[in-house]
Amino acid sequence: MKRSNQPVFWLLFGAGGMFSALVGGMLVFITGIAMPLGIGLPTDALTYDNLLVFHRHWLGKAFTFAVTSLFLWHGAHRIFHSLHDFGVPARGASAIACYGIALAGTVAAAVALLAIGF
Amino acid sequence: MARRPYVRTMDGWWKRDAFFMRYMAREATAIFVVIYAFVLLAGVVQLARGEAAFAAWVAALHSPASIAMHVVLLAAFIYHTYTWFEIMPKTMPPIVVAGRKLSPGVITGAGLAASAVLSIALLLVVRALAS
Repeated sequence: MKRSNQPVFWLLFGAGGMFSALVGGMLVFITGIAMPLGIGLPTDALTYDNLLVFHRHWLGKAFTFAVTSLFLWHGAHRIFHSLHDFGVPARGASAIACYGIALAGTVAAAVALLAIGF
Repeated sequence: MARRPYVRTMDGWWKRDAFFMRYMAREATAIFVVIYAFVLLAGVVQLARGEAAFAAWVAALHSPASIAMHVVLLAAFIYHTYTWFEIMPKTMPPIVVAGRKLSPGVITGAGLAASAVLSIALLLVVRALAS
């Protein structure tokens, strides 16, 4: 019997869903609302130097890599199955489009984080 | 000639029932999660490209359009958090404590509490690092 590849995608969906459910809202608030408007945070909280130091540490790299890639895999898997609910066959083009975008984003995040250096 | 049997169309099936509508609203949060992932991905790519590129990303975050978009994103993320833990009693394996299955309310409540604690902790860490 051919093994299904679905558990891998489901695991990434679950991990991204849990991560985004736990801290996603606060991340959106911090980067998109609190920092620009200066609510509880200085408007220059996200400085280049601070974030460079943060991302040169492996822990910072891991955090940002996990957030970007897992959020993408979570969304890709959910959109893929919702497309099926709307009558798009759950294979072929829609699988390549959904998981392809998540994979491309994961590679882009990895390349950028490695380019930042250690 | 054979009679054509009536086949009920599936068009707009999810609009027929409030339960399906809530299901679709829950699934639709994925679109907003993906949008935010791309916002952050753009940030880390700009960070790698250098100081000027990163400043452009921060400036974009300060624009009124971006702030309005993030208000929408925040609403979607809060809804995602609520629904994620609301359905968790059904998506996770049952936990048996003292011979009884843990009640759905306890699981949902624990998830929401964990989200609140970790979110506040994250804000405090960012505040400490930024000052």
